[in-house]
Amino acid sequence: MKEFEAGCTRPKGQAKPVTETVSTPQVEKGERKIMIQVGKPAPEFSAPGFHQGKFVEMNLADYKGKWVMLCFYPGDFTFV
Amino acid sequence: MGVEVFSISVDSVFVHKIWNDNELSKMLGGKSVPFAMLSDQNGNVGRLYGVYDEEAGTETRGRFIIDPDGIIQAFEVMTPPVGRNVKETLRQIQAFQYVREAKGAEVAPAGWRPGKNTLKPGPNLVGNVWKEWKVQEAFEE
Repeated sequence: MKEFEAGCTRPKGQAKPVTETVSTPQVEKGERKIMIQVGKPAPEFSAPGFHQGKFVEMNLADYKGKWVMLCFYPGDFTFV
Repeated sequence: MGVEVFSISVDSVFVHKIWNDNELSKMLGGKSVPFAMLSDQNGNVGRLYGVYDEEAGTETRGRFIIDPDGIIQAFEVMTPPVGRNVKETLRQIQAFQYVREAKGAEVAPAGWRPGKNTLKPGPNLVGNVWKEWKVQEAFEE
């Protein structure tokens, strides 16, 4: 992970999907494309992060050859 | 086990820093969170993984185990009010690592954990799993 200098507003590096562009899912019609399946490739992305006192840029593709656990959660300072 | 761990939410990296410095480090005896806390402020990564809640503008509790080939071996997604069972996640990673090493020669039945018997798939096992694996094994600690 490369360190980056945070600017005065927010980091330039927004989280970016690499695998494909996703539009807002059309939930109403029940046509939402299934993008995630076990046994299939994990969608690639890059995202800024905070790690041990530094701001870093993470790219999932850099972790080929390693086991990865990716945990989404609702929000910082929430309770569970 | 050699697993790279990442957490990710819609919070900015600045909020991650303050959460780490002011609360999480207090749970960790003054140490920093050991893994990178990623930021997905526009929800794009969450959408890609099917865990972004458009109405709430946050991510649900999704956990993905990705193998060294970049293949998703397991995932679990929960609504916010219930926390995860980390022991179960570790068990799954150990099981997936074991069967990967075995290259298909062994598989991990329900309730498997390191040290317990695996099954060896093949013609002789068909119809004979009952001899090799007992139901109570699924419930053992």
